[in-house]
Amino acid sequence: MSNGRHLAPRPGFVLDVDRNSPPIVFHHGEGFKLEKLPTGRSRVIYPAEPLEGLPDPDGAIRHALLNPIGDSDPLPALLRPDMKLTIAFDDVSLPLPPMRRPDIRQRVIEAVLDIAAEAGVDDVHLIAALALHRRMTEDELRHAVGDRVYDAFAPKGLLYNHDAEDPDGMVVLGETPHGEAVQFNKRAAESDLVIYVNINLVAMDGGHKSTATGLTGYTSLRHNHNVHTMLNSTSFMDRDNSALHASNWRMGKVLRDAGVKIFQIETTVNNDTFGREGPLSMLQKREWEWSGRERASFLAMQQGLKVMPTNLKRKAFSTWLAPYEMTSVQAGEVEAVHEVTTANVYRQHLVPVEGQTDILTMGLPYICPYNVNSIMNPILVMCLGLGYFFNLYRGRPLVREGGVVIISHPTPWEFNPVHHPSYIDFFEEVLADTTDPGKIEKKYEKRFAEDEWYIHLYRNSYAYHGVHPFYMWYWGAHALSHVGRVIIVGGDTRAVRRLGFQPASTLADALEMAGDVVGPQPTITHLKNPPLLMADVT
Amino acid sequence: MKALEFHRNIPRFAAARLAGNLSPGGGAGVGPLRLADVDQPAPPGSEWVRVRPRLAGICGSDLATVNGRSARYFEPLVSFPFTPGHEVVGDLDDDTRVVLEPVLGCVSRNIAPTCSPCADGQLGNCEHVTFGDLEPGIQTGSCHDTGGGWATAFWAHSSQLHTVPNDLSDEAAVIVEPAACGVHAAFMANVPDDGTVVVLGSGTLGLLTLAALRAHTNPRTILTTARYPEQRQMATALGADMVTAPDEVRRTVRRMTGSRAVSQAGIQARNRTQDGSVDRLSGGADVVIDCVGSSDSLTDAMAITRPRGRIVLVGMPATVTLELTPLWHRELELIGAYTYGTELLADGTSARTFDLAFDLVRRFDLGNLVSATYPLDRYQDAIQHASSAGSRGAVKIAFDLRDEKERYRP
Repeated sequence: MSNGRHLAPRPGFVLDVDRNSPPIVFHHGEGFKLEKLPTGRSRVIYPAEPLEGLPDPDGAIRHALLNPIGDSDPLPALLRPDMKLTIAFDDVSLPLPPMRRPDIRQRVIEAVLDIAAEAGVDDVHLIAALALHRRMTEDELRHAVGDRVYDAFAPKGLLYNHDAEDPDGMVVLGETPHGEAVQFNKRAAESDLVIYVNINLVAMDGGHKSTATGLTGYTSLRHNHNVHTMLNSTSFMDRDNSALHASNWRMGKVLRDAGVKIFQIETTVNNDTFGREGPLSMLQKREWEWSGRERASFLAMQQGLKVMPTNLKRKAFSTWLAPYEMTSVQAGEVEAVHEVTTANVYRQHLVPVEGQTDILTMGLPYICPYNVNSIMNPILVMCLGLGYFFNLYRGRPLVREGGVVIISHPTPWEFNPVHHPSYIDFFEEVLADTTDPGKIEKKYEKRFAEDEWYIHLYRNSYAYHGVHPFYMWYWGAHALSHVGRVIIVGGDTRAVRRLGFQPASTLADALEMAGDVVGPQPTITHLKNPPLLMADVT
Repeated sequence: MKALEFHRNIPRFAAARLAGNLSPGGGAGVGPLRLADVDQPAPPGSEWVRVRPRLAGICGSDLATVNGRSARYFEPLVSFPFTPGHEVVGDLDDDTRVVLEPVLGCVSRNIAPTCSPCADGQLGNCEHVTFGDLEPGIQTGSCHDTGGGWATAFWAHSSQLHTVPNDLSDEAAVIVEPAACGVHAAFMANVPDDGTVVVLGSGTLGLLTLAALRAHTNPRTILTTARYPEQRQMATALGADMVTAPDEVRRTVRRMTGSRAVSQAGIQARNRTQDGSVDRLSGGADVVIDCVGSSDSLTDAMAITRPRGRIVLVGMPATVTLELTPLWHRELELIGAYTYGTELLADGTSARTFDLAFDLVRRFDLGNLVSATYPLDRYQDAIQHASSAGSRGAVKIAFDLRDEKERYRP
């Protein structure tokens, strides 16, 4: 390891903290903390090192298009000159952070368009499959699909954001045996072929969820983005045990039966989030392997961030583009493709962990799927911690039932009014009344979902749909029902209390407070994430 | 007798203003208010009787005066020195327990014929407040000749007195006067059936106005702002459908009324209606009742009242800075609601506001709003407590004179 890079990436592992263990880096929003964990009863789960990317990604893409998986013809055989073709692609929530150019979507879409052009297809629409997320800006679309594709399609109105509230642009195609209405983008529904271009960052993504969620609206989403579903998704990162995915798979069947033909292209990336070299590279190295220079630059960065105004910090972090590399690409029939994709995600992310813990600690970074170029507001803190991070398990939750989750994040009482208008109201009105997901769903969801102003902002500005903060809260419902207490270290006290959690000034204080719930000398597990990992808990 | 007297003293008034800005109620210690042993002046006339206060409330307008924040508007309308105190339950010399209706109209001023408002029973609108047999003073508590409730005795005209039923406690009785203000505000609001009403403020006036709205109007929704948890609880108990924090009221009214919003930031971004900030509403509430009376509360009121809606100013405003463009553009009505008089009821009959206030106090058990009482000697503590009542979980602070020795002197 002459320059800190290994010939073969090492798998993730679990460190038992002893007296020789150095302080561990905790992400803390737009900053970092070095924390000493109690020896003899603490462990740290480290992610695997980044897998090597495919040496010829463009060649691999073309190969996948010509050699599909499952019951599917090669892409050229599916194309004909007089057809309607719709290419849908993952939105700004993937990958995180945004990746360096060229984005994988650009590579795939350019390859698809080349083949479509060879087949003489000229009725092509490109749609950002954002469901109820905010619309992508021109810059974000250019970054995702590349300037060449953007300039060829967007000015003609052929590249655009999905609009789930367009009364003329949505259609209901049927209902699942469970009574779930399947609403779908009308252009996609009327197309002879829908090609879906996916970037699979975590195991939750992809499969039928790409289209059954990405190209639908509230009419469908309310059937699986709800408290009941989330309580029965253990976890939603594990498709076989996820009611969320079961619903999407049922809806996928309805789409297929309604004649919607989907050619699914899924890709996976490694977890090279901060770079093997460069200013943030130490964040994906193990602390005891840091060089003196890395240690010095980390401390300098940490101190600098402490005095830097928050807006500047946000701006600085938002410019970071991850050097992700594509580790696999597969195309063809949705379910067959997704099986291979999931295996590739697990290959990068899964870390075997023996047994649960009394206390799960996590340091939340500056970004989550819903605050790209925005602010991580308190609701998103809850969602990232208790939704995403808590659910990054297979088998059993990392923390035992009745245990404690300790989150490190500044949790500011701050919102981006352009992106998250209904979040502000959710925080001010709903959480002031109750934090119980079931009560929230029953009492408030419909009103927010149907609020005309939110719908106006979703359709015409860059706002998440009015109902979106509810989904963020439901995302944490499983964790809320499972754990005995949630403590946030270093957060805005009022905001933390509004979330229904307990504030603590330091990790030591939080551990002491946790003792009231889990007893003395509890076991502690720190989920060292990102770079991404998923605990395979036995 | 023992009395708190307010003298005309400009330097002390300025000192009170400064001290009041530094700490709530700070004006009581350095301002023109002094506790003194004085001789009771002669009665202003034959129809005047002596009242020995039992409880005398401290009102927001009293606090503005003591803390040097009252408007110069009142200078010609008062006569110095005066003893504050217009929320009073007391005893007559024959031990009849009475509540004072403090407005000094034509009858008490011995002016005949009376002015037109007084003839109509609208004493609060009396056109002769500085004339007649009395020194200037819009109410007992601002007139030198009458004295006021913050003393062991004062003079009241027989027309100002309401006998207190035996089953009504002193605490309930001392709330009748501010309750009458709330009742009058509710009638002035002219709330449409099934309409939406916002009450800004959950101090004494806000809570009493809320209760009066519940008693005398039929809105679909009443939203109240409350800064402190205890205020929230009381507002809910008195019938508010929704309670929100003052700095969240614009968003709350938007949600309540289904309005869209206009954002000032959106204009700067050339994105006029597409920023999710809520600076003002496209629609809004039918009626907003401002029980605070500050620049901020009036600005909020104009941001959340629907076009052609009504804003009722109940809280005493003093000098405010206000952008009036929305008043013009949205054709808003801005009206004041001062004291009380006679109200026209829904069935076409009329009633004295005070009679309605007695009913209101009884119906909602409003004596519970009296949170703490002080003897006159501790007037500085009382003023400080009243000036920070909300943050200390209190509503109405009053002087308790029932144990004052001077009260029993002939």
